[in-house]
Amino acid sequence: MRSAIAALALALMSGLAPGFAAAEEITGAGSTFVYPLLAKWSDDYNRQSGVKINYQSIGSGGGIAQIKAGTVTFGASDMPLTPADLHEAGLIQFPAVIGAVVPAVNLPGIAPGALRLTGPALADIYLGRVKTWNDPEIVSLNPGLTLPALAITVVHRSDGSGTTFNWVDYLAKVSPEWKARIGEGTSVSWPSGVGGKGNEGVAAYIQRIKGAIGYLEYAYILQNKMTYALVQNAAGQYPAPGKASFQAAAASAEWSKTSDFDLVLTNAPGDNAYPITATSFILIHRAAGATGAVKSALDFFRWAFAHGGDDAEALAYVPLPASLTAAIEAYWQANLP
Amino acid sequence: MSGMAISRAEIPVRRVGPWGDRLFRLLLAGAAILVLALLGGAALAIFWGALPAFRHFGPAFLTGSAWDPVRQEFGALVPIYGTLVTSAVAMATAVPISFGIALFLTEVAPAWLRAPIGAAIELLAGIPSIIYGMWGLFVFAPFMADHVEPALTALLGPLPVLGVLFDGPPLGIGMLTAGLILSIMVVPFISSVMRDVFLLVPLTLREAAVGLGATRWELVWRVVLPHTKSAVMGGIFLGLGRALGETMAVTFVLGNAHEFSPSLLMPSTSIAAAIANEFTEADSDLYRSSLIALGFLLFAITFVVLALAKLLLARLTAGETRR
Repeated sequence: MRSAIAALALALMSGLAPGFAAAEEITGAGSTFVYPLLAKWSDDYNRQSGVKINYQSIGSGGGIAQIKAGTVTFGASDMPLTPADLHEAGLIQFPAVIGAVVPAVNLPGIAPGALRLTGPALADIYLGRVKTWNDPEIVSLNPGLTLPALAITVVHRSDGSGTTFNWVDYLAKVSPEWKARIGEGTSVSWPSGVGGKGNEGVAAYIQRIKGAIGYLEYAYILQNKMTYALVQNAAGQYPAPGKASFQAAAASAEWSKTSDFDLVLTNAPGDNAYPITATSFILIHRAAGATGAVKSALDFFRWAFAHGGDDAEALAYVPLPASLTAAIEAYWQANLP
Repeated sequence: MSGMAISRAEIPVRRVGPWGDRLFRLLLAGAAILVLALLGGAALAIFWGALPAFRHFGPAFLTGSAWDPVRQEFGALVPIYGTLVTSAVAMATAVPISFGIALFLTEVAPAWLRAPIGAAIELLAGIPSIIYGMWGLFVFAPFMADHVEPALTALLGPLPVLGVLFDGPPLGIGMLTAGLILSIMVVPFISSVMRDVFLLVPLTLREAAVGLGATRWELVWRVVLPHTKSAVMGGIFLGLGRALGETMAVTFVLGNAHEFSPSLLMPSTSIAAAIANEFTEADSDLYRSSLIALGFLLFAITFVVLALAKLLLARLTAGETRR
């Protein structure tokens, strides 16, 4: 019996031993949007450097709360904090990866990418004002398509989410009524529709309900081979969702004019920019300086920006453009001496 | 109570030592009091967390139907309505079915069939609720949308008062589907309690009733049910308690919409589903407190329901002894 306890204690200690060395383990928490990519990155990085990254995808709101409380080395959020908020909490912030939110529909006989919608039309659908697919507002945008007289069922997220934040931020930018009546946030008071839990819940509802429209992270559109709709961007074009249009949005955004990268990529101005492009942000404590676990975390993201591009693309994210990673490096030098 | 006539005072007490007895008694009392303390502590902690929301919204929290995280306006009407309606649908279908199952297993079925059916029903209770949710979403909801709900709307929709309950597009996702899934989940609990107590009816009573010329129906209605009334009620309320608090399966098929709609076919939300969905991203203190307040309301609703059940039971037993 005693030897069994001793063996157990030994096993526990050897298992925990790397955890005691502070610099060897980085903890993070937050956004579920970046979780698949962070998991892949940390796996690869661990194999190369031996440094372990322990990331918990508890949601952006939870990530912000945890980094403010100082229980993790870095937090991840799909919604940028304002410079005032960052200053008050003693945090710095930088983008980590780019993705996009894409509307998907369940319309029998309509091919992926065939349906065209504008931002105001999407807002009217989500406000519950456009109720059927053969509404003149949708028909006039799609002269070549025969749209059925099917009722539109709006699908949204039931849980608070960074995906929702980017979606409603876009709707608020293109529809004054949405901005006034609904506003924006990680969860809002939806005027109509059903709520699915998580991207998979929304995807399941869209596939179940004929005439449904919902919004999903791009990866879920690819995995489930769903029928997506094109959205008109600020330049009047209908870019297909994909690496090129997401990167065009990231490149056309004027990061240099912001402080602390406080910028939401939706409704970006570029000709080929995808209109609902999203960014995940990393939050780190300023006071800690570039020492210990913070230094390890910066090394990890430095490695990810340099070598993690293939991982990102394999998972349907888009790596940051080189100009942006250079700006982030300069930001680190300035804020974490 | 029962036929054993030894009262506690007559049990011989062996004096091993004053401390052993006292310690044992303390331990037993402690174990019992621990439950009370835990319950009280949980209620107090939930109330404490809910206090900011109750203070901010006052009684309007119970009647408000707004749920707007952007403007920080929260009201519990829709989750309360969704919880009560789905549970009511569940009980309305589960109780008769469970009664039928229990009757079949104890009175009608041939002996060789009883064990396999009984085991199958108990296995139903072992299926995790998330499996019920996924089955509900991928199999049951489309079936409801394609076959059941259009027929219900066509049949019952034109009725004057009842029609409101069956109005709306056949989404397959809504309070009716959630209630039916819940009923499948609680049937094992109710029917196994019913079966066990039906089997406990003394054989002499059965033989006497049959000897007097009672039909099987009269046997059940006049002898078995009156004899087991309180235990049957207990089983029903065990099921109701489970239905009120069920989270995962409901979340999948209820639609999670904070919009008030009286129709059973429309999506709604329940207290447990709203908390499970929104707690992780409830980023303001008032939002979080409002969700905890919902939890407190569920606590209160369950307590009231159980208290009513006890009251009803006391009435029933009182009426029984008078007769």
